[in-house]
Amino acid sequence: MNAGYVVRRVLQFLIVLWAAATINFILPRLAPGNPVRDRLVSQASQGGPLQDGIEEMVRSYNKQFGLDKPLYVQYVLYLQHVATLDFGYSIANYPNRVMTMIGRTLPWTVGLLLVSLVISFTLGTLLGALVTWSRASKVFRVLIGPAMALSAVPQFLLGLILLFLFAILATVFPLSGGYSIGAIPNFSMPFMLDMMRHAFLPGLSIVLTGIGFWALGMRGMMITTKGEDYINFAEAKGLRDRRIFFSYAIRNAILPQVTGFAINLGTIISGVVIVEVIFGYPGMGSLLFNAISGSDYFLIYGIVYVTVLVIGLATLIVDLLYPILDPRITYRRA
Amino acid sequence: MTGLPTDLLEAPSIPAPELTIFRERTPTEAIAAFCRRNPQTVIGLAMIATLLLIGIVGPLFVNTNDADPLSALPAQSPSRTYPLGTDDQGRDLLAAMVAGLPDTLRIGFLAGAIGLGIGIILGFLSGYLGGPVDAVVRIAVDTLLTIPGLLILITIAASIKTFISVNTMALVIASLAWRQPTRIIRAQVLTMRERAYVQVARRSGMNTLEIIGRELLPNLFPFLAASFVGAVFGAILFSIGLEALGLGPQNQPTLGMTIYWSLRFGALLRGMWWWWMPPIVVLVVLFFGLLLLTIGLDEIANPRLRRTA
Repeated sequence: MNAGYVVRRVLQFLIVLWAAATINFILPRLAPGNPVRDRLVSQASQGGPLQDGIEEMVRSYNKQFGLDKPLYVQYVLYLQHVATLDFGYSIANYPNRVMTMIGRTLPWTVGLLLVSLVISFTLGTLLGALVTWSRASKVFRVLIGPAMALSAVPQFLLGLILLFLFAILATVFPLSGGYSIGAIPNFSMPFMLDMMRHAFLPGLSIVLTGIGFWALGMRGMMITTKGEDYINFAEAKGLRDRRIFFSYAIRNAILPQVTGFAINLGTIISGVVIVEVIFGYPGMGSLLFNAISGSDYFLIYGIVYVTVLVIGLATLIVDLLYPILDPRITYRRA
Repeated sequence: MTGLPTDLLEAPSIPAPELTIFRERTPTEAIAAFCRRNPQTVIGLAMIATLLLIGIVGPLFVNTNDADPLSALPAQSPSRTYPLGTDDQGRDLLAAMVAGLPDTLRIGFLAGAIGLGIGIILGFLSGYLGGPVDAVVRIAVDTLLTIPGLLILITIAASIKTFISVNTMALVIASLAWRQPTRIIRAQVLTMRERAYVQVARRSGMNTLEIIGRELLPNLFPFLAASFVGAVFGAILFSIGLEALGLGPQNQPTLGMTIYWSLRFGALLRGMWWWWMPPIVVLVVLFFGLLLLTIGLDEIANPRLRRTA
């Protein structure tokens, strides 16, 4: 791996962050209406007809948030805050800072996502490889049909159906939440089991919709790999079939799947956001949903930015690890 | 002219064989052959055509004004008067389906078409011209493809939440729908640029626009069709996602908004399956149809895939 590639890749990562921050800065200022005034007016209308001081309050809040300064000063200040992950206070839950609210929900989302992604990647990749392997059972060739069909269904629609089947018709799994009401999150065994029972259905909808995608990619790669000379040679040498399958075929075909991981992460996270809302799961998706319902703009922009940051970091790590996983690859300028 | 074998000139003429085996196929036979060869495309098209038909013919049988709130008794289970029941705000859900399905399709097709249009322009500029233009387009596409699209759209939609209509929704989604088409078209143009027939066209004095219009575009048609369907698929997926979060057209009963309202009013827990199940069924049919169509078109665009299928 050469240094130039690393520099270019890190630069691309920084561009993504800057672009995301800039979009977050520009959009609310292009949009008609003033979030501060909207919020105050809606609170005032709940409290009664007394609306005299609102304009004055809007002005004082604008001053406090620095919204009365020239635009470029606001922009520089904003970039400084974003660089230090400071997104200010939540408008709807005032004394709470945006970053503490995100920090509370982030582990739930990352945990759910990581476990279901690993399961769906493993199952899908194996399925895709077995479909092409002539000595494997024919069952897999039948399985790939439903797997492909499920991959066309949005995760949250499948989630709704699963919820109806297994939490309402048959009350096997809990309806919503990340743990039973009244339980205190800790690392004890009963709590862990309770947590897993709650995460099962959301996880299942992510796993089932993902298998087809991984299987399709792996199948394509396996077909080209199977035609390679070293596979023929391994067969001619009389190696055991299992060994050829895992150490020769899969080892070489699996690498582009890792790239698929990086490309697809954004799409998967988009789906997980809505899955969380459906299942009332205490992660960032539900937080985002509440922020949207409560017009809590700072929280919305904070969540979007943190997600972009996490995905950017993940793809950066995958891209930098790739040459280590596949020694054949060297990055040079074409 | 000595040495010319004269007997050849006098050789008996051989009658040409009757080419009955190779007669032209009639249109019906051609269509039947296409259906056999590429069933996915046909089934996919049929599924989408059925849904379009519901939107076109439905209003003749169902009064779409009943899709507005307060036009029926609230929260009725399916009956003869209301075949799909009604919701809490008194919408006739069959009318809501007939009125909302075309809106969902319109968002998808509009955003897909805009995305494809931008994709064609950028893809050709980038692939054909190369140089700095190519570098900028390539970096932009590669970068934007890794970001979580739905979240960016959420930021946009949340900022203009109060006045989202079906058309603005399509525009919002189109702002990201050009990424995949641009990538696919650019890659194709790159491989086509150096083919012999393009070289010949260039040598024979065609200018760039003529080459693009007469040589490249017709050859790209299957790819364009496939990436259009892909863009429509993605756009509908995004629109449903935004709507499920409540960020859709508030006054239109699009499929996603119907799901949103049903969730919001706890239809799942209250056993009001007629509220949320029909939109899901229709969406699943729609997504299957689009998936089959994409697979079929991919095969036409890239016949090598057929061997591995």
